[in-house]
Amino acid sequence: MSKHLSGSQIVCEALLKEGVDVVFGIPGGAILPLYGVLSQYPDLRHILTRHEQGAAHSADGYSRSTGKVGVAFATSGPGATNLVTGLATAMMDSVPMVAITGQVGRAAIGTDAFQEADITGASMPLTKHNYLVMRADDLGATVHEAFHIARTGRPGPVLIDIPKDVFTEMGNYDPDAPLDLPGYQIPCKAEESQVEAAAKLINESEKPVILAGHGVVLSRAFDELRELAEKAQIPVVTTLLGISSFPEDHVLSTGFPGMHGMAYSSLAVDQADLIINFGSRFDDRIVGDAKRFSRSSKKIHVDIDPAEINKTIAVDAPVVGNIKDIFGQLLPKVKQKTHLEWLQHIEHLKAEHPSLRIPESDRLMGQHVVKALSDVTKGEAIITTGVGQHQMWAAQHYQFKNANSWLSSGGAGTMGYEVPSAIGAQVGNPDKLIWSICGDGGFQMTLMELATAVENNLPVKYAIMNNNHLGMITQWQDFFYEGDFQAETYTANPDFVKLAEAYGMKGIRVTKQDELESAIAEANAHDGPVIVDFVIEKVDDLYPMIPAGQSVEELIEEPN
Amino acid sequence: MAAGNGTQQRTISALVQDKPGVLARISGLFRRRGFNIASLAVGRSESPGLSRMTFVVEGPEEVVKHVAAQLDRLIDVVEVRDITESNIVWRELALIKVNAPAKTRGEVLELTNVYRANVIDIGVESLTMEISGGRQKIDSLIELLRKFGLLEVIRTGRVATLRGTLVEGEDDGLFQSDASSPTYILPVTSGESGSV
Ligand SMILES: Cc1ncc(C[n+]2csc(CCOP(=O)(O)OP(=O)(O)O)c2C)c(N)n1
Ligand SMILES: [Mg+2]
Repeated sequence: MSKHLSGSQIVCEALLKEGVDVVFGIPGGAILPLYGVLSQYPDLRHILTRHEQGAAHSADGYSRSTGKVGVAFATSGPGATNLVTGLATAMMDSVPMVAITGQVGRAAIGTDAFQEADITGASMPLTKHNYLVMRADDLGATVHEAFHIARTGRPGPVLIDIPKDVFTEMGNYDPDAPLDLPGYQIPCKAEESQVEAAAKLINESEKPVILAGHGVVLSRAFDELRELAEKAQIPVVTTLLGISSFPEDHVLSTGFPGMHGMAYSSLAVDQADLIINFGSRFDDRIVGDAKRFSRSSKKIHVDIDPAEINKTIAVDAPVVGNIKDIFGQLLPKVKQKTHLEWLQHIEHLKAEHPSLRIPESDRLMGQHVVKALSDVTKGEAIITTGVGQHQMWAAQHYQFKNANSWLSSGGAGTMGYEVPSAIGAQVGNPDKLIWSICGDGGFQMTLMELATAVENNLPVKYAIMNNNHLGMITQWQDFFYEGDFQAETYTANPDFVKLAEAYGMKGIRVTKQDELESAIAEANAHDGPVIVDFVIEKVDDLYPMIPAGQSVEELIEEPN
Repeated sequence: MAAGNGTQQRTISALVQDKPGVLARISGLFRRRGFNIASLAVGRSESPGLSRMTFVVEGPEEVVKHVAAQLDRLIDVVEVRDITESNIVWRELALIKVNAPAKTRGEVLELTNVYRANVIDIGVESLTMEISGGRQKIDSLIELLRKFGLLEVIRTGRVATLRGTLVEGEDDGLFQSDASSPTYILPVTSGESGSV
C-alpha cells in the first residue's frame, strides 16, 4: 500500500525496510532535511563521525564484518567528495555499501551553486552504480534498488544523491513495489557443463592448489570451501583478501602467495598442476609477471563476474556464478582423494621455506608484536589494518582461526582505513574483540575518529606499529631507488600515549619484547578503547618479497 | 578484425535504458579501459524506454575482446552482444554536400545515379545527397566527389543487425580505421600497477 510522505521520511522508511539499524555520517545544509526527521526513527542509530572518509570506512568495516550493507550519510560538495576515498576502497574490494548524499536544490543544479559538486559524475567509476533522484516519488524505489544492487551479484558501493528540495517534497512510497531492473541479472548456479569440466580437471589433477579469494568471504562459503578441500585433500592458499576464509591452523592451510606472501605458498602455486581459483581476480600482486605465472598448471576460475574471466590470466575452465552455489554443484562431483605425495611435498616446502622466521634481535620488531597479538588473542580477534609493512606482518604472523576476521584494504591500498574500519567492525560486533593494527602513517590520516570510538563507548584496541617511518616507502626506495630515501621519515610524531589520554582513552607504551604479553593482556582487559604505542625497529626491507612484475624465480626469501 | 599495430575493432550492439547519464557511463567505461570509439550510433529501439546503441570499438586485441562483458556490468545496459564474428548486415548513412556549379553539375548527378544516392537539396552552387550502404561504397563515392570540392561530409556511424538468413554477407572491411598507431589507446606492457 502506498504512503504519502516527505522525501526524508521515505528514505528512512525504506532504510528500515532494508534492515538498516545504523548509519555513519556528518550533516550539512543539503542533507539537513534528512537529519530533521531522524528523531522520528529511533531505530535508525546515527553515529556521528569526525570526517566523511571515516563514515565511509566505518560503513565498510561494518559491512565486511557483518555481511550487512553499510550505510553512510554526507552533505553536498565537500561532504560528498570526502566520501570518495571510502567509495573507491569499497569498490576495489567489492564491499556492499550505500552512501546517501545531499545535493543542492534542483533549481540550483548546474549553476556552480554554493557547495555544489557533481558527485554522481565524480563517483561513476568508483561505484557499482549511482543515482541522482529528482522526484520524491522515485526515492523509495531507488533506495530499494540501491540495496539490491549493492548486496547482490558482485557486491559494491552504490551512491544516491538527493537534492535538498527532494527531501522536503511530498511523494508516494510503496514499500512493496517490485524492482524494475531489466538490465541486472544475478548469477547464481553455474552452467552444468562448466561444473562438469571443472570437476573433471580436479579429479584428474595430481598437484592441485585452491586459491581462495575475497569471493569466498563475500559469499560466506567458508564451510563449503573446507568441505571441498578436505574431501579431495587439496592444499588451500588464500589471497591477501581471502585470509580468514580458511582456518590457518588447519593442515591444508598453505598461506598466501605473491609479493609479500610466504615463499612456500608462492612455490606451491608455481609447482601445482591445477589452480582452482575461487573468487580471486588474479590480481597483479599475486600474478606478478603474467607470462611466467604458474606456467605448468591448468586453471579453473570460479567467479560471479564474467568480466573477470580471462582478464589477466587465460583459464582452462571458467565457472561463472555464485561461489556458494557452485560449491554445492561441485562437491558431489569431486572424488575423494588423498594426494599423499603432493601434500608431503607441500609439507616439505613449508619446512624448507618457513619464510616467517623473525630476524634475531633484542629490539622490538613489528613481527614480534603481531606474533604476540596472535598468541594472546589465540588468533580469535577481528583484525583491521592500514597499508604498509605492518599490514604484511599482520597478514603473515597473525594466525586467523575464525572465518571472516581479517579486514584490510587490499585492492585500493588505502592508508587510514585502519582507524575507522575498526569502529565499524566494533559497532557491528559489540561483543567481539577488535584489534586495529595501525601504521603510524595511516593512523595519522584518520586518527580524528578516535573521538567517535570514545563517544560511542567502542572498546577498539589500536596497536600502533610505530616505526617513525612510512616503512613501505623506505623499503621501495631501498629496493628500487638505490636507497635514496626521500620523504619517508617522521621526525615529529606525537606522543601517542598522551594523545590517547587527550582523547580520554587508555594509552600504553611498549618498547621491549618482554613487555608485549602483559601490555596486550592489559589492553584486552580494559573495557574501553585503548592505544598501544608499540615502538618498533625501523627495517628497510620486509621479506619474503617478489619484486613488482616479477615471478617466483626472483623471489627473495631472506636478506643475504 | 585486426587493424594493424596490435589493435582490433569490434562491433557491439547494446540495448540500454533510455535515461540521462547512460552515455556518460558507457563512454567513461571505454575511456577507463582504454577502448577508442570508432563509431557510435544511438536511437530509440523497438521496445519503449530502451535505446539501441551500435558501437565500433577499437583497442588492444586482448583488451577489446572483453568490451561486451565490461559493458554488461553496467546496470543500465539491458542486453549487449559482441557481433563482430556473427553473420551481420550493416549500413551507414552519409550526407554529402558538394560543390556543383552548372559546369560540373551533370557529372556530379551522374555519379549520384551510379551510386544510387539521392539528391535531397539543391542550391545555386552546391547540392546535398544522401547515401547509405557499406563503408567501401560510401568511401569510394566520397573519393570520387573530392575533385569537385567537398563542402561537408556527415556520417552516422555503423548500424548493424544479425542476418535473418544463413547466407554470409560480404565483409565490409575496417571501419574508418586510422592506420597510424593511435596514441589514445593504452599500451599493454605489464599488468603490474607499479603502486605501493
Ligand atoms: C592514502 C595513501 N597514501 C599513500 C599511500 C602510499 N603508501 C603505501 S604504504 C605507505 C607507508 C605506510 O606507512 P605506515 O602507515 O607508517 O605503515 P608502515 O609501512 O610503516 O608499516 C605509503 C605512503 C597509500 N597506500 N595510501
Ligand atoms: Mg610506519
